[in-house]
Amino acid sequence: MGTVKLLKQIDNAFFREVGEIAQFTARFFQTVTKPKQEWEEFVNQCFWVGYKTLTLVGITAFIMGLVLTIQSRPTLVEFGAESLLPSMVSVSLVREISPVITALICAGKIGSGMGAELGSMRVTEQIDAMEVSGTNPFKYLVVTRVLASTVMVPILSSVGIAIGLCGGYLGVNIRGHISWNLFWHQAFEALSFGDLIPSLIKTFFFGFAIGIIGCYKGYNSKKGTEGVGQSATTAVIVASLVVFVLDLIAVQVTDLLGLT
Amino acid sequence: MEPVIQIKDLNKSFGDNHVLRNFNMAINAGENLAILGKSGSGKSVLIKCIISLMEVDSGEMIVLGKDIQLLNSDELDSLRAEVGFLFQSNALYDSMTIRENLEFPLRRHWSKEERKKGADAAVKEALEDVGLSHTIDMMPAELSGGMRKRIALARALILKPKVIMYDEPTTGLDPITSREISNLMLSVQKKYKSAALIISHDLNCIKMTSNRVIMLIEGTRYAEDTYENLRKSEDPKIKEFFD
Ligand SMILES: Nc1ncnc2c1ncn2[C@@H]1O[C@H](COP(=O)(O)OP(=O)(O)OP(=O)(O)O)[C@@H](O)[C@H]1O
Ligand SMILES: [Mg+2]
Repeated sequence: MGTVKLLKQIDNAFFREVGEIAQFTARFFQTVTKPKQEWEEFVNQCFWVGYKTLTLVGITAFIMGLVLTIQSRPTLVEFGAESLLPSMVSVSLVREISPVITALICAGKIGSGMGAELGSMRVTEQIDAMEVSGTNPFKYLVVTRVLASTVMVPILSSVGIAIGLCGGYLGVNIRGHISWNLFWHQAFEALSFGDLIPSLIKTFFFGFAIGIIGCYKGYNSKKGTEGVGQSATTAVIVASLVVFVLDLIAVQVTDLLGLT
Repeated sequence: MEPVIQIKDLNKSFGDNHVLRNFNMAINAGENLAILGKSGSGKSVLIKCIISLMEVDSGEMIVLGKDIQLLNSDELDSLRAEVGFLFQSNALYDSMTIRENLEFPLRRHWSKEERKKGADAAVKEALEDVGLSHTIDMMPAELSGGMRKRIALARALILKPKVIMYDEPTTGLDPITSREISNLMLSVQKKYKSAALIISHDLNCIKMTSNRVIMLIEGTRYAEDTYENLRKSEDPKIKEFFD
C-alpha cells in the first residue's frame, strides 16, 4: 500500500513538473516575440557561456578524440582498414561525441550556474526589485540566458569537433604516420550533410533545453539558501537527462528521414 | 485633497492562512504613515500587494489616483516609476556595481539620450543624498549592512518618486545606524516632498519618522493614531508593543 502511494506521489510530482516546464517554455516564446530585446545582456551571457565552458569542452574533446583513435586502431587493423581511422573519428565526433559531451558539460556548468544565479536572485528579492523598477525580469534574465545557451552550445560543439579531430590526429600519429593535410582531407571527405545538419540541429535543441531547465529551476527557486542549492543540483540532473532523451529522439528522427 | 494611496477592504490569503482581512488605509500627500505589526503579521505582504508584486483576493487599491488592478503592464510600469520601494532584504543586484545598480531603474523610464546626458548626474545626486558618493564603483558585497541599506534607498530615490515604501528600513541595524537611516528618511521626505509608507516594528524609527501610525493586528487595522497617543493607550494588545 505504502509503495503504491509513494509511486503515485512521485508520478504526480513528475507530471506537475513537466507541465510547469511546458508553461515556462510557452512563456519564453510569448516573451521572445515581443519587441525590444535585451541585446546587450544577451551578448554578455553568450560571452559567459563561452568563457565558462570553452576550456573544459576543449580538453575533454581533445582527450575523447585521442582515446577514440587509439582504442579503435586494433579493430580496424584487424580488418586491414587502418586508413579509415581519420574518417571514423571524424564521423563519430560530429555525430555523437562532441554534441553530447558539450551538452553534458554545459548542463553541468551552465545549467547549474543559471539555477544558482537566478535562484539566489529570486531568494534575495532581486527579481522582484527588477519588476518594480519596470524591467521585465523574465525578458532580461530568462530570455537572454536561454537564447545564449541555444546559440552557444552548437558553436561550442563545433569547436569541440575541431579540437577532437586534433586529438585524433595525434592518436593516428602515435603508431602510424599521416600528414596533417591528408588527415584533415580524409576527415572532411567522410562527412556528408546527413552528418552535419542533424548534429547542428540536435545541439540547438540541447542548448535550448539546458537554458530552459536551468532558468526554470532558478526562477522558481524556493525560499532560503537550501532552495538555491537544490535548484542548482536538480537543474544539472534534469538537464543531463533531457539531453540523453533528446539524443534518443534525434537518432530516431534522422533514422526515419533516411539520413543515416 | 485626494490621498496618494488608498486601500479599501483588502483581503489576501495563502491557502488557509488569512493574512489580510478587510484592511483599510489611506496616505495623504507629504505624510509619513507607519504600519506597526508583529513579525509575520503580513506587513511585507501588504506592500507587495500595493506595488502589484502579489495578487490580492479582493479589495481596491488606488495609487496616485489609479486603480492598480485595472492597469495593463505598461501603465503599471509607469506608475511604478513614481513609487519608490525599499526591500526588507535591500535586493541590491549583487553582480552589478553600485553605479549599475542605481542606473538600472533608469533603463526603462529614460530614453537612451536622456540616460547618456543625465544618468551620471542622477546617480551622483542620489548617492550624495545618502552620503555614500565614494562607493560608486564598488560591489554591493564590499559594503556593510547599513551602507547597503542606504544604497538601496538611493536606488529607490533615483526616479524621484512621489511615494516611497519602506519595508523594515532599520531591522538588523545597530541603534546608531538605525537613527541615521531614520534621519535620512526624514531628510528625503523634506527634500522631495514625498509621502511615505513605513513598515516596521522598530519603535524608535516609527517615533522619529511617522506622522501617523496604524497597528496591524490579525490582518486588520486594529488602531490608528499618532505615535504618542498610541503609546499612552491602555489597550493590552497595543500596550504589548510598547513594553
Ligand atoms: N509567498 C508566500 N507564500 C505563502 N505564504 C506567504 C508568502 N509570503 C508570505 N506568506 C505568509 O504571510 C504571512 C505574512 O508574511 P509577511 O512576510 O508579510 O510578514 P511580515 O509582517 O513582513 O513579517 P516580518 O516582520 O518578519 O518581515 C506569513 O504567515 C507568511 O507565512
Ligand atoms: Mg516583512
